[in-house]
Amino acid sequence: MNLIAENLLYKPDEQFHLNEVSFNFKKGNIYTILGRTLSGKTTLLKTIAGLLTPDKGAIQFEDKDFLKVPVWERNVAMVYQQFINYPHLNVFENVAFPLKQRKVDNQEINDVVLKSLKSVGLEGYEKRKIQELSGGQQQRVSLARSLVKNAKILLLDEPLVNLDYKLREQLREEFKNIFSQGLSEESIVIFSTTDPREAMELNGEVIVLDEGKVLQVGPAKEIFENPKTLKVAEISNDPPMNILTANIESNKIKFEGIEIDIPNHLSNLKDNNFNLGVRASDIELNEKGFEFEVELAEISGSETLLHLTRGDTKLITSIEEVMNFNIHDKVKISFNITKVYAFNESGILASSPFGGSYV
Amino acid sequence: MGKLYKFLKYSFITIWTVFVVAPFLWALTTSFKDFNSVNGGATYIPWVDFEPKLEGWKVLIKSPANGGVDIIEPYFNSLFVTCTASLISIVLGTLSAYALSRFTFKAGFVKNNDITFFFISQRIMPPIVLSIPFFLFLGAINLLDSLIGLIVVYIVLLMPIAVWIMVDFFNKVPREIDETALIDGCNPYQAFFKVVLPNSVPGLIVAGMFCIIFGWIDFFFAFILTFTEVQLLPVKIVALNSSITPWWSLSASALVSVAPLIIVAFIVERYLSKGNLSGAIK
Repeated sequence: MNLIAENLLYKPDEQFHLNEVSFNFKKGNIYTILGRTLSGKTTLLKTIAGLLTPDKGAIQFEDKDFLKVPVWERNVAMVYQQFINYPHLNVFENVAFPLKQRKVDNQEINDVVLKSLKSVGLEGYEKRKIQELSGGQQQRVSLARSLVKNAKILLLDEPLVNLDYKLREQLREEFKNIFSQGLSEESIVIFSTTDPREAMELNGEVIVLDEGKVLQVGPAKEIFENPKTLKVAEISNDPPMNILTANIESNKIKFEGIEIDIPNHLSNLKDNNFNLGVRASDIELNEKGFEFEVELAEISGSETLLHLTRGDTKLITSIEEVMNFNIHDKVKISFNITKVYAFNESGILASSPFGGSYV
Repeated sequence: MGKLYKFLKYSFITIWTVFVVAPFLWALTTSFKDFNSVNGGATYIPWVDFEPKLEGWKVLIKSPANGGVDIIEPYFNSLFVTCTASLISIVLGTLSAYALSRFTFKAGFVKNNDITFFFISQRIMPPIVLSIPFFLFLGAINLLDSLIGLIVVYIVLLMPIAVWIMVDFFNKVPREIDETALIDGCNPYQAFFKVVLPNSVPGLIVAGMFCIIFGWIDFFFAFILTFTEVQLLPVKIVALNSSITPWWSLSASALVSVAPLIIVAFIVERYLSKGNLSGAIK
């Protein structure tokens, strides 16, 4: 009864858009596809919807060969990152469109559409033209349209990415509400995003995708705490996790002339070169710390992102306040060493603060 | 600054309006003149400058037996041929354009753009190149000097315009709209008719307008491919010329021949300013 994909492969040009993607999605769950732009998220969603046919592989749903079912009979719903609506129809007609297509009777259409518009906070907008709505409202209309269908598979392709910050926060909350109440046990929600925070907040199963390949599958918390590889650690953190090439030798971490005592969770590693992962939030300004040079300081919202260098090592740290720095300023920082991840030289997680290891 | 701009703007519009309207005014006054008034120099104000006569207009509807030229039949021939050919061109052209815009064709080295260019290339050739093949072709299938033959030829001439405009237009309609329609339960035909087409009305109007204009004003093929049975308006108007040029009926026929285009332009202008695609995708 699940949505099962086996070895999906799609390579329309030189690059893989999907490279041996397999998954098994169960009904009643939310799945988040996390990946950077061009990682194949949209391709994967379009393949599930039936808009693209993979070169190889199989998709099964409810024990049927899904690839043999045309798009219009698959009963999926999809929200695009651009706000796609039918411009020649008003809000009500837009939301009613899939139901009319199914020849549902008018009274029922009326009830369902009004209920759906209410659930996305667009009561009273029925007669408006799509062009008269703001971006956020347009996206709500497409969300409402995808919800009325009661589709068994709901595909959301970066639905929040084109909205401004405040709307994004607001709509993300609403998504969570809608998912928690309105979702039937019969449907599968697949949400794609580039934003790790969104993936963590939705708190479903996360699939980390990169260059068309699935890197790791697991609960959001697990991905965050024990990223399988360096790549996963980079993708699942924003700003990306800092990678330090360091040497562990006789219980010391050594890099760029810095020496730090090894924390407990790394003490059983054999002496070797490691890639150490440090989150931007685990680096703080400290008068007694190590000296780095400021390469760039960007203020984002209420925090400051500092890009630092020392020798060949580059770091990003986030400071929870707005501060001004000049380029080439010297700053002193310290690492929250108990939160450091160690990846071996081929990039596989050797030890995490949460006890995970894939070596 | 603002005042100067306004002044220049309105001066320009005024000059332009005079420039555009003057020939019509000239034709209108001339159509009410007779031989003496036309040859009496430039005069514009009826009853003051010259005595208005209806002779120029009457000739157009009188039968040749009564000394008229009877443009009524050619007029309706022209209307029929232009409208039918435009309609068929728009229907076929729109469907082809949609296919060229949305699907990928490959036949050896021939791809979508080559096919689009093939259509447009019909218009790049000078018409004289096409005239002999058309003549022979219509002769072979016995359609010379017939309305149907003209319609066939005009479809060949007009469809490239429709394809050209509509390919460009469909390329601007986001593909995601079609995809959403498919996801919402439309098969590809329903997606086209229920969603893509209603959003392409401005493009259809522009394409239709160009087809009607180019069909209506064609003289060359109407002249070459017809003899006695069928005559179209442009040919008939030219045939008015005899030893004495009848400026009055020439002017009158010129006015009635542009009338449909003026009407079309007014309708279309209102519609085009209303229709837009914004909101389909931001």
